[in-house]
Amino acid sequence: MDIQVDKVQDSIGQMCPMPIAFMAKNMRTMETGQVLEIRADDEGAHSDIPAWCEQTGNEFLAEEDCGDYCKYYVKKTV
Amino acid sequence: MADNDNNNATIIVMSGDMDKVFAAFIIATGAAAAGMDTTMFFTFWGVKAIQKGNLTGKGLFGRMMGLMNRGGINVIGPSRFNFGGIGRWMFKKMMGDKGVASLEELRQMAIDLDVHLLGCGMSMDVMEISREDLIDEVEDIVGVGTMLNLAANSKVQLFI
Repeated sequence: MDIQVDKVQDSIGQMCPMPIAFMAKNMRTMETGQVLEIRADDEGAHSDIPAWCEQTGNEFLAEEDCGDYCKYYVKKTV
Repeated sequence: MADNDNNNATIIVMSGDMDKVFAAFIIATGAAAAGMDTTMFFTFWGVKAIQKGNLTGKGLFGRMMGLMNRGGINVIGPSRFNFGGIGRWMFKKMMGDKGVASLEELRQMAIDLDVHLLGCGMSMDVMEISREDLIDEVEDIVGVGTMLNLAANSKVQLFI
């Protein structure tokens, strides 16, 4: 996928709520406009990450199925 | 006055069972991760989740209570299927195998995400648990007035 990524978060093997919790922690260290890629295999992350974006006002860019896990792209907009 | 335009969550943790404390910390970390100003108020059996785990109590009953209730967050058992500790071990193993964070890890994550931890003064008084018996991250020992004020100014109020 043609998205410029600034930081990668490996949440493979983690379960709810850790992918979201680490995402919040990572986003705190990032600048507005930067993109975080989250790799996760927790099924809940599929709906949790877009829901998190809706609640926090950050932008959900895309998700990509990589077989055993998914990549989620989130842009820090707030 | 209650602030209706808030983004706060207040969770009252009354239970000291592994499963319920799990639920409380998962919701708290989720809320804090989503940018909510989150407070957890630990009362009665829930106080154990913020205790260091040392023996507590001053008088005979207090010390008996402390002995029965010794150990911190890592030794609390599930509300069902505990079978004298076997259930706790089994749940821990099953959760660990599946990559679920332990209660201690979840509590640390809540602390890292600035969840406010408050102890209930009355419960601690009754059970003879002192401030020194609680983990350092506990912000304050408060009463029902503070808890209600927080809850009234929260969008999410939960009693677990």
